[in-house]
Amino acid sequence: MPLTVAMIADWDGKDVPGEEAFAALAADLKAAQKTRQAALIGKRLNYEIPTLKSKVTVTARKIEKVETGPWKEAVIAIDPVWNQVETWATIKRASSAYTPFYLLSVLDLKQETSGSIVQVEDNRKIYRGILWRTLGISFLVTLLTLVLGYPVAYMLATLPTRSANILLILVLLPFWTSLLVRTTAWSILLQDGGVVTQLMHVTGITWLLNLVGVLDGEPSLYKTRFSTVLAMTHIQLPFTLLPIYSVMKTISPSYMRAARSLGAKPAYAYWKVYMPQTLPGVAAGCLLTFILCLGYYITPALVGGPTDNMIAGFIDSAMNSEGNWGRASALGVVLLAATLILYYVYNKLVGIDKMKLG
Amino acid sequence: MAAPPYATRSEVVAHYGLRVYVGLVLLFLIAPILAIMPLSFNSETFFSYPMPGYSLRWYDDFFTNNRWQSALRLSLVLAFLTTLLSTTLGTLAALGLVRGNLPWRATIMAVLISPMVVPIIISAIGMFFFYAKLNMLGTLPGLVLAHTALATPFVVITVTATLSSFDKTLMRAGESLGASPTWVFFKVVLPLILPGMISGALFAFVTSFDEVIAVLFIAGPEQRTLPRQMFSGIRELISPTITAAASVLIVISTLLLVAVELLRRRSERLRGVR
Amino acid sequence: MKHVTKFMAAAALGASMFAIAPVASAGDELTIVSWGGAYSESQRKAFYEPYNAAGNKVTEAEYNGEVAKIKAMVEANAVTWDVIDVDTPTGLQGCAEGALETIDWAKLGLDKSKFIGAELMDCAIPNIVYGTVFGYDTSKLAEGPTSLIDLFDMAKFPGKRGLWKNPQVNLEWALIADGVPSADVYKVLGTPEGVDRAFKKLDTIKKDIVWWEAGAQAPQLLADGQVVMTSAWNGRLQTAIDADGKPFKIVWDNQALDWDWWAITKNTPKLEEAYRFIAFASQPEMMANQTKFIAYGPSNKDAVPNIDPKTLPNLPTAPDNLKTAWQLDPQFWADNGDQLKERFNAWLAQ
Repeated sequence: MPLTVAMIADWDGKDVPGEEAFAALAADLKAAQKTRQAALIGKRLNYEIPTLKSKVTVTARKIEKVETGPWKEAVIAIDPVWNQVETWATIKRASSAYTPFYLLSVLDLKQETSGSIVQVEDNRKIYRGILWRTLGISFLVTLLTLVLGYPVAYMLATLPTRSANILLILVLLPFWTSLLVRTTAWSILLQDGGVVTQLMHVTGITWLLNLVGVLDGEPSLYKTRFSTVLAMTHIQLPFTLLPIYSVMKTISPSYMRAARSLGAKPAYAYWKVYMPQTLPGVAAGCLLTFILCLGYYITPALVGGPTDNMIAGFIDSAMNSEGNWGRASALGVVLLAATLILYYVYNKLVGIDKMKLG
Repeated sequence: MAAPPYATRSEVVAHYGLRVYVGLVLLFLIAPILAIMPLSFNSETFFSYPMPGYSLRWYDDFFTNNRWQSALRLSLVLAFLTTLLSTTLGTLAALGLVRGNLPWRATIMAVLISPMVVPIIISAIGMFFFYAKLNMLGTLPGLVLAHTALATPFVVITVTATLSSFDKTLMRAGESLGASPTWVFFKVVLPLILPGMISGALFAFVTSFDEVIAVLFIAGPEQRTLPRQMFSGIRELISPTITAAASVLIVISTLLLVAVELLRRRSERLRGVR
Repeated sequence: MKHVTKFMAAAALGASMFAIAPVASAGDELTIVSWGGAYSESQRKAFYEPYNAAGNKVTEAEYNGEVAKIKAMVEANAVTWDVIDVDTPTGLQGCAEGALETIDWAKLGLDKSKFIGAELMDCAIPNIVYGTVFGYDTSKLAEGPTSLIDLFDMAKFPGKRGLWKNPQVNLEWALIADGVPSADVYKVLGTPEGVDRAFKKLDTIKKDIVWWEAGAQAPQLLADGQVVMTSAWNGRLQTAIDADGKPFKIVWDNQALDWDWWAITKNTPKLEEAYRFIAFASQPEMMANQTKFIAYGPSNKDAVPNIDPKTLPNLPTAPDNLKTAWQLDPQFWADNGDQLKERFNAWLAQ
C-alpha cells in the first residue's frame, strides 16, 4: 500500500489519521483489488490482528464501488475497525522491511502499539509449549538411549573381539537401515491390533496394565507420544551407543584389576575407576543424539499424533499449509540457534574430527 | 562366557543380569527390522501375526507397478550421481584438510560437517528459496546438488579418518624416487585411501537413497523418489506394498553394511592398524 | 599423465551431465493435480485416458488442498502444476492471492450459463458437486447413527471418529450439533465467541478423533475398523461400497455441499494446453461419464440427462439427500480460512 504508507510515515500514532490518509487507503485498496493484492495485504496484517484479513478484503471489495469522498466516513462506514488507532499502527509497523514480529510470535510474544512487548492471548499461545515439547522429547529419548545403550557398549567392549564383532553387527544393521524404513516398520508394528499390541497381549503386559488400572482394554498405541518416543529411541540408540563403545574399547582392563586388587568392591571400583573414563564417550553420544533429536520431523509425523509434532513439524505446516513463510523462517531460526549452540559445545568438548561412522 | 570362578554371588548376578539386559536391548534393536520382513509375504492386507497365508503379491506389485518402479529408478539415478559428486568433492576436501599448514582448519571442518548436524528441514527451506532464484526447483541437477550437500560430510569424515593414519613418508618416498605429485597421488595415495573413499561413497549413496525431506521441498510433482513414495504411502494409505519396499531396502542396506565392514577390515590390515 | 587425462575426461563427463538443460520433465506433458485416491482414479478413467488416447500426455500429481504450495510455486516462479482441481475455498483464496489464472470463457468455447455455480469464481470452472458426509460400517454397527448429533454423542456411540484434518466443515458441524441452525452457522462462526463455541464442542470428542489428511484415508480407516464412523467426501464412501463391496452406510444428515473446480496455475508455461484439457473434460458426455466411476454430481446441466438413472440417488444432489444439506460458504473460508487454520493447528497441538 504505497500511498497509505507514505501518508502515515510521519503520523504520530496518537489519534486516527485524517482524511488524506483515508483517501490514500481507498486508492491503495482500489488498486489492490484490481491486481488481486488485497488478500495478501490482509493476510500480512492478519498475522498481527486476527480477523483483519477479512476486513481488508471486504473493504477492498466495497470501496471499489465508491466513486468519491469523503473517504474517511466511507471507509469507516464499511468497517469501524478503520477507526481504531491499533489498525493504523499495525499498518505502519508492517510497512517496514524488517520486523521483529515473526520471531516474537514464535516465542508467543507480540509488540503492542506502544512498543512494549507482551505475551499473546492464551488460545494463540502454542510455540513455547512446542519448544518445551521438542526439548522434552529429545531429552527423554537421549536418556533412554543412554540407559539402554551404555550396558550394551560395556559388554561389547569387554567381550573377546570375535564375539563382539558378531554382536556389533546387530547394532550396525539398524544403524544402516534407512530412517524411513525403520519408521515405516514401527508405524506398521504399532497399528491398533498390530504386532506390538499382540505381543503385549501374549506376554501378559496388557493384562498387567489393566490390572493396575493404567489401561482399559486393549492399548491403542499408534499416533501417540509413547510410539513417537519408542521409535525415536530405536532410531537414535546406535548414535548414542557407538561413541561410548569406541571410548570404552580404549580403556585398559588393567585399571579395574588394579582397583580390585587394592581391595575395592566391584561396584565401587566400577563407579570410581571405570565410569569416569567413559564420560567423554557418554558426552559425545548423548550430545549427538540430542542434537539430532531436535530436528526430528518424519518420525513424529508418521507414528505420532498431532500433539507429538516437534518444531520441525510446525515449520513444515507453516510453510506448506498456512503459507506463512515468515513464521516458518522464524521457527527455523529458533531451531537452528539451538542446534548450533549444541554443535559448538560438541565441537569444543568432543572435537568434530573425532566423529566416527560405523 | 561364564562368570569368573572367583566372582562373588552378587557379581554372578550382575554378570548374568547384564547379559540378559543386553540381549533384550539387542532384540529391541533388531526385532522391528526382522518383524517387518515376514509381513511382506502376507497374502492378506493385514499387518498382524499369525498370517493367513503366504504370497509374493506385494513384491509383484512393487516390481511391476509403474509408480514404484519409476520411483526406484529415479532414486537409483539420483543416489548414483550424488555418490559420484560427493565422493569427488569430499575426498578433495579431506585431502586439503589434512595438510598441516591449513589455517582455520577446525572451522572449515565444522562448516563442512554441519549439513549432517543441522536439521534437514532447515537446509531444505534454505534450498527451496535459493533454488527458486536459480530456477532449479524440480530439476534433477537441483536434487543432485541438494543431496550432495547432505552427503559430502560423510565422505569427508571417512576419508579424513583414513588419511589420519596415513604414513606421509610414503609420499615423500615416492617423490624422492622422481615421481610427479599427480603420479604419487594416483599410485601411492589413492590406493591407500580407496577403502575410506568407498565406504564414504556407500554412506553417500545411502544418505541420498534414504532422504525425503529435501525432496519434499524441492522436487517437482513428477519427481517421486522411493522414500517420497513411501512417505506419502504411510501418511495417506498404508498398503502392504510398503512392507515389500521396506524389505527390499533392508536387504540392500544389509549388503552395503557387509561391504563396508569388509572394506574396513581390509583397510586396517593394509595399513597395519591393530 | 595418462591417468590425469582420464580423470579430467571423467570430470568433464560428469560436468556435462549437469549441463544438460533444464529437466527431464520438460516436453508437452500437462501436469494435473488432484485429490488422490478414488477421485483421481475417476478422473483418470473419465478424462485423462481418453485425452491421452488423443495424443496428449497427462502427468498426475496429488495434493490435499494446500493453497500455500500453489502460492509458493507461483512466487518462486517455478510452476510445475498446470491444472489444479480445487475446492471452492482453495480456489477463491488462490484467486484472491493471485496464484490462479483468470478464466477466459471465450477461449474455452463453453457456455458459462450451463455451469451451475460458475458465476461464483473468476479463476475456475466448476466440475463437480460433492458432499461432505459421514459414514459407518453396518457390519460393526447394526443400529448406526442417523443424525449429525450422533457424531458428537460419545455415550450413544462410543469409539473413535475419523475427521478431516482441516477446520472446514468440522467447525460448522460442531456448531450445528451444538444447536445452531445450519442457516445461521456462518453468522455465528464469524464472531470470536462462535469460534470458541465450535472448538469447545470439538473438545468434547477431541481425544477420540483420528485425523485423516487425504480423502482416500477416510474409507480406509472405516475398513480397518480404526474408527466407528468417519467424515468423508460422499464419492469416496460410495466407491468403497460399489467397487470394493464394503458394507458402509452414508449418513446424509447435514451434508456440506461444495463444488470442485478446474483451475489453472498463474504463469504456467502450458496455458494453451491447460485450456484445451479443461474444455475437453467439461463436455457434457465427459462429465456424465465420470459419474460411472464416482458418485459426484456434474456441474454441467447438459450432463444430467446422460447419467445412468441407477447412479442418481447416490449423488449429493439427489432430492432425498438434500433435505438437511447446507452449502459451504466459500467467501467466508477464503476470508477467514488462514486464521481459522492457524487456530485449528494450535488447538490440535495443545
